[in-house]
Amino acid sequence: MIKISSLVAGGLALGLTLGAQAATLDDVKKRGVLSCGVSTGLAGFSQKDEKGNWSGLDVDVCRAVAAAVLGDASKVQYKPLTAKERFTALQSGEIDVLSRNTTWTHTRDTSLGLNFAGTVYYDGTGFMVSKKLGVKSAKELDGANACIQAGTSTELAISDYFRENNIKYKPVTFDTSDQTRSGFESGRCDFLTSDQSQLYALRIGLKNPAGAIVLPEVISKEPLGPVVRQGDDQWFNIVKWSLNAMIEGEEQGVTSANAADKAKNGKPGNKRLLGTEGELGKNLGLNADWALQVIKQVGNYSESFERNVGSGSQLKISRGLNALWKDGGILYSPAMR
Amino acid sequence: MFKQKTTEQIKAATRKTDSGSHAFYNNPKYRAVIYQTLLIAGLAYFFYTIISNTLGNLEAAGIKSGFGFLDNAAGYDVLMSLISFDSTDTYLRVFVVGFLNTILVSIMGIILATILGFIFGVMYFSRNWLIKKVSVVYVETFRNIPLLLQILFWYSAVLATLPGVRDSLSLGEAIFLNVRGLFIPQLVGQAGSTLVYIAIAVAIVAIFVMRSWAKKRQDATGEQFPVFYASLGLFFGLPLLATLITGIPFTVDYPVLQGFGFRGGITVIPELMALTIALSVYTGAFIAEAVRAGIQAVPHGQTEAARSIGLREGKIMSLIIVPQAMRVIVPLLNSEYQSLVKNSTLAAAIAYPDLFNVFVGTALNQTGQAIETIFMAIIVYFALNMFISFVMNRFNNNVELVGR
Repeated sequence: MIKISSLVAGGLALGLTLGAQAATLDDVKKRGVLSCGVSTGLAGFSQKDEKGNWSGLDVDVCRAVAAAVLGDASKVQYKPLTAKERFTALQSGEIDVLSRNTTWTHTRDTSLGLNFAGTVYYDGTGFMVSKKLGVKSAKELDGANACIQAGTSTELAISDYFRENNIKYKPVTFDTSDQTRSGFESGRCDFLTSDQSQLYALRIGLKNPAGAIVLPEVISKEPLGPVVRQGDDQWFNIVKWSLNAMIEGEEQGVTSANAADKAKNGKPGNKRLLGTEGELGKNLGLNADWALQVIKQVGNYSESFERNVGSGSQLKISRGLNALWKDGGILYSPAMR
Repeated sequence: MFKQKTTEQIKAATRKTDSGSHAFYNNPKYRAVIYQTLLIAGLAYFFYTIISNTLGNLEAAGIKSGFGFLDNAAGYDVLMSLISFDSTDTYLRVFVVGFLNTILVSIMGIILATILGFIFGVMYFSRNWLIKKVSVVYVETFRNIPLLLQILFWYSAVLATLPGVRDSLSLGEAIFLNVRGLFIPQLVGQAGSTLVYIAIAVAIVAIFVMRSWAKKRQDATGEQFPVFYASLGLFFGLPLLATLITGIPFTVDYPVLQGFGFRGGITVIPELMALTIALSVYTGAFIAEAVRAGIQAVPHGQTEAARSIGLREGKIMSLIIVPQAMRVIVPLLNSEYQSLVKNSTLAAAIAYPDLFNVFVGTALNQTGQAIETIFMAIIVYFALNMFISFVMNRFNNNVELVGR
């Protein structure tokens, strides 16, 4: 009987662990390092260099959260995840935040026990084809084979698009985006479909980047953003506002270079953002200088964008939709007050 | 001073304690029932706790649960399906599609692995040095390289380097091989083709009837009947006759290069080829070892005895050695077949749409219902392996030593 009761107790403990996800903020502080889920390697968004340092737009969100919470943007432990693994890793508590070019969809937001904390990059599903094919529009792709990454919203978007246009395709679904690229390169597929930003990133990795073109069509809305577990509102707020601090920083003209100065001598709005006035940090359960650390160590949104995917990178993606609202884009941070 | 106890005294003492242990919970009959009831109750409570806890926690975490999602439209397409499928079909149909693809690759893998295994297993006993060494090299090479590596090798290093669609290798402009797969013509039955299918069925039944008749005749009279050639004749002759009588009710659908690729005919996708080749070559190496062990387990005296009564070498193998070797081989085959089915889940590495890839992979990710999808997959693989075990055990009963 002793055996049985200990089994039951073990079962209880096993079952309970799934629910025991108290304050993520306390866990991260105690651990001293933020555990952040990123991609297995995607230029501009999250990729590892030869020295093992991660960089990218998604990585900068991890770094911003680490800077806000721990005061040090480098205190991040990156967990590379495939598209199929990402939500389970977050649900099970293996990571604190998922920042892995993940599309914000209704189903994911409402049925997976997760919350999307904002949009880092407004994207859309696009097509990359070999130049040799001479295809000008996606509508000419009837009967073609498509390389797609498994478990992504692209799988759904492309299925809708081909059905709407009454044309056919064959999906060849791979686990990682690297595999989709080698499938495309070997000629297994006629075209590669993914979020358009990824297409540019994947094209750089081709042996002959000039031999492939990205078609102009964008067939779906793919707002990419960081994700947290549902049920921890404080942590949700921290991630949401760390991202907003970067956007607000750009809007206010606060950069990594002038942040410390603006905190002392800036306008009232600058001081409120950077924590010399008001108690925005305290409301989040963070230090007063949380946003100062974010902008000083990671930079504002514009700096991060240009460095990772814009003019300062190989991708050379223009701001487009991702410009600030006052510059013709749709990027907008709620009021920082 | 101790008084020595008499036998009577000892008996009395024992009786006393005996009467104490006559309480019902010490009675072996009841005791067994009581403990087993308690055990079952404990187990039931254990599972109840696990399940209710999990459900409660899923709800608390805001994660949907239940099997309702199976009725929802999947919304994505699958590369290869043995039944009709499009993205408006349900997740349940995705499950069936994946299941059938798993079965397909498993059956093809099992058949090919068995053939390879028996060929290389028998080759080991060849008196020709070269043939023997080929067998040894095959077994040692493919048994010692991880299966995942072999799958990636066949897929990325061999099949992915085939020429593109427009430069396909072709055989008589009917069969094409390129990086997109193997394209072969398909026979399409027209009106009257049913008779041909019936002829095939009749031929198969006739072969079995003829075999048992020939065996009985041989047992009774000692006269042999050329069963093998007669079977071949029946199997091909009857359907051919039916085809001619009905005026060849078939048309051939040839693959034709059109647009982005070949249309018509049968397409064997490279993912299926790579997975089948890798699984059968890998498992074949283990089966070759099983066959070798089985043959070596038959004492050499059996061969000598067979020779001494004047049997030919071929007959010795098929009538004396192999039937006895099967007793050793069949149980080993059972576990190799089971491994093959389980190993087929490595399909996910190369985009072959098996159950694990399209259901546990994509469906899980699109619905987020990890526990349900994984539970269903566990049941499927469990059931498949139980089925293999069942069939192989029946087969084993047929070949095992019969006591006379």
